[in-house]
Amino acid sequence: MPQSNMNPPAASGMTPVRFITVNGEQHSPPEDPRTTLLDFLREQLDLTGTKKGCDQGQCGACTVLVNGTRINACLTLAIMHVGDEVTTVEGLGKPDALHPLQRAFVTHDGYQCGYCTPGQICSVIGALAEIDRGVPSHVTGDLSAPMITTRLEMRERMSGNICRCGAYSNIQDAIAEFVGEPR
Amino acid sequence: MRFDEPALRNPIDDLTVFGRPVARIEGPLKVTGAARYAYERTELGKAAYGVVVGAAIPKGRIRAIDRTAALASPGVLGVITTLDHDRLPTADMCAATLFGGDVIQHHHQAMAVVVADTFEQARAASRLLSVTYERAEGRFVLADEEPRAEAAPDTENGGPDAPDIDVVGDFEAAFRAALVRLEQTYTTPYESPAMMEPHASMAAWQGDHVTIWTSNQMVNWAVRDIPRALGIPAENVRVLSPYVGGGFGAKLFIRCDVVLAALAARALGRPVKVTLHRPVIFNNTSHRSATIQRIRLAAGSDGKLTGISHRGLSGNLPGGLAEMATSQTKLLYAAPNREIGMRMATLDLPESNFMRAPGEAPGLMALEVAMDEMAEKLAMDPIAFRILNDTPVDPHVPNRRFSERHLAECLRVGAERFGWSARQARPAGVRDGRWLVGMGVASAIRNAIPMSSGARVRLERSGRLTVETDMTDIGTGTYTILAQTAAEMLGVTPADVGVTLGDSNLPRAAGSGGQWGAANATGGVFAACVKLREAIAARLGFPAAQCTFADHHVRSGNDTTSLAEVAQRGELIGEDLIEFGDLGKRFQQSTFGAQFAEVGVDAFTGEIRVRRMLAVCDAGRIINPVTARSQVIGGMTMGIGAALMEDLGLDAKRGFFVNHDMAGYEVPVHADVPHLDVVLLDHPDALASPTKAKGIGELGMCGAAPAIANAVYNATGVRIRNYPITLDKLLHELPPLSAL
Ligand code: FES
Ligand code: FES
Repeated sequence: MPQSNMNPPAASGMTPVRFITVNGEQHSPPEDPRTTLLDFLREQLDLTGTKKGCDQGQCGACTVLVNGTRINACLTLAIMHVGDEVTTVEGLGKPDALHPLQRAFVTHDGYQCGYCTPGQICSVIGALAEIDRGVPSHVTGDLSAPMITTRLEMRERMSGNICRCGAYSNIQDAIAEFVGEPR
Repeated sequence: MRFDEPALRNPIDDLTVFGRPVARIEGPLKVTGAARYAYERTELGKAAYGVVVGAAIPKGRIRAIDRTAALASPGVLGVITTLDHDRLPTADMCAATLFGGDVIQHHHQAMAVVVADTFEQARAASRLLSVTYERAEGRFVLADEEPRAEAAPDTENGGPDAPDIDVVGDFEAAFRAALVRLEQTYTTPYESPAMMEPHASMAAWQGDHVTIWTSNQMVNWAVRDIPRALGIPAENVRVLSPYVGGGFGAKLFIRCDVVLAALAARALGRPVKVTLHRPVIFNNTSHRSATIQRIRLAAGSDGKLTGISHRGLSGNLPGGLAEMATSQTKLLYAAPNREIGMRMATLDLPESNFMRAPGEAPGLMALEVAMDEMAEKLAMDPIAFRILNDTPVDPHVPNRRFSERHLAECLRVGAERFGWSARQARPAGVRDGRWLVGMGVASAIRNAIPMSSGARVRLERSGRLTVETDMTDIGTGTYTILAQTAAEMLGVTPADVGVTLGDSNLPRAAGSGGQWGAANATGGVFAACVKLREAIAARLGFPAAQCTFADHHVRSGNDTTSLAEVAQRGELIGEDLIEFGDLGKRFQQSTFGAQFAEVGVDAFTGEIRVRRMLAVCDAGRIINPVTARSQVIGGMTMGIGAALMEDLGLDAKRGFFVNHDMAGYEVPVHADVPHLDVVLLDHPDALASPTKAKGIGELGMCGAAPAIANAVYNATGVRIRNYPITLDKLLHELPPLSAL
């Protein structure tokens, strides 16, 4: 079960924050500095929604949001995230209270085996935030024009999230519904 | 229930929920991360972590493994090496040793498992083993071994007495006499299933019984092979595999994670979990063999094929299976003179084994390009040429008809929908800015394989139905289609049905592979539901044959009782097994399709982009158009990979696949895949199963790659016969820029 905060209050002003916040709950960082954020989530907090497909930054299955930015949780050490707010797929919605993007994945069958799915969903949210911030991609045309969420943009930006089941076409439909095409 | 007569009208044919689009019932669990896969289970308690160490040589012996440093490493609980065990027996249809003994058959064969309290500790210690190898010479290059290759008869279709080569008429004479001839060689590369969830298992012993959560497509094969490997009675093993993060063949058979988790858990007296880390998967487990295929076609000027020769070669470890890339050619087109056969060369590479659409996927990558080339020689439209050579019977057994065969309809419907008439027959004739644009087509065929399958269906006191079977859902939609089957049979909705899968304690089902899962498993649930309907009728004193089940009620004449009322009087259970007679022998049961692709090839760089794709499928009754469509687009996507990028690169000196991770082994990503269009024809097959379904999971991959290959040719005029078709192969042959 996710532990709630077991940390003692900060002893001095030198170390004001000693927690990693995951889905709104505070957790002590792992004792072993080698622990990746991914293994911390999965093996210590039992938040197994975030998946391990490769453990080396190649597949996107481990995508989570850290302070709203998507990252590969396998490529970062948990202790580097003291003071950060981590959101995993479990923090977005529950089976009986789905996030609208999760519902769109169900509606459009945007998955098959489901193993890449949590990473895809977190990645969509991170990618849309990048567009909102005006961060361009390889396929962005006019860099000075307002950024629009096209299917081409989303296909490009989601390409770090492999789906070997090949649900891409449906995932793009789910994204389009979520963003309210055309955006 | 024995299925040996064509299915008559039955309750499934009401199609209230069967055959309808139903969203996956386990979908909410998958999109929220609540679905737990093998490595994530908590039922067995806190598990220790095992990390597998693979051999660094492709062939030879291990002289010694020094584990002193690993054992002294913090947190390490134990190290089990292959020298501690005799060689474990290999599973049926497999060739590679999973563990045990000093003989190394292939690179990354499991040598040891290092177990520690935490994953970090086990991983660190796994690097501290010191191994002394004795390396032997190996055979690594398929083409080099061709002279020593042996015949690989098609026993799957022809039985144990299948001939080395399937011969009809006199091909050589027909070829000599033909007005139009084609003779070409095609090669397909080694491919990896590369499913997203790595192989993973968690094991715990209670006395001499072991419980294993694993990621496996075929629970009933796992409980056959695990006891053998561990040397314990079958009844002492329980296997659970409720969620499988993709398999594509890689998880048909137990792999070393299963036995290492079980051996380590037994040795340490505590639960142990083992996952294969990604870089070890490609060489430790199985892949699709490369093939070399030689095709010769003979035709008259009318376009009718007079002869087909398709001879292929694949490789494997001694005792392994061949990639039967020529088998579909026996069934796809008519021609009075034929010779078709595979051979297999012995290689000291990792094990080749089934990968999605084994045989057809690489076989059609050759045959359907050959057909495109032949159509061009004949100056015929490739669709008209295929339809002209369509056959209503098995060309090798002419009195054997197909149960249903609508290949021509697939081609016609697809041509209309795809806008085929706009295709320019002359290659390199269409330009869109910097892009050379072309269209391609290919036929698809994949057989339906009847296999017995069991299930139990409970009407619980609460009024809910529960389906129980060891069947798996590997992303195919099994949970949902079994709920639809039970709901249709008992007159309720899928929401009223719970489905429990992947537990070897439950009735044995067909499992997931070879696109046989859907038709057989729904057949098993159909049979169990017939039993349950009889039990309900008996309780009510209704004559079973006259009962109808609809709207949560049972009716017989003017008598009506709600299922809830029946259930309140106590739980009722129906359990049965569907078994198949010889309809599959008397009639050839296959699924068919037509694949269409439009590609753009950058006139300057040779970069290839798939612009549009369409698959038209004739796969019996479609149980659920949502999940069936997903199977097809998944296959089409894998077809894009096969055509344009997938290629396990061989280090021919050191004998291993070099690009053994998800970055080096390129698979399609979002940017590679356009919107994929799918048409599912409605041709229920009463000879195939009581639900008249046939399966579709592999059909979508068949023909997808050659359709793309043909489109690349149509766009550029460059014919690449060695897959994958990458820009470096095109670049120097592209039309001169001045001609554009
Ligand atoms: S598990 Fe992190 S990218 Fe694959
Ligand atoms: S749903 Fe299986 S890998 Fe994406």
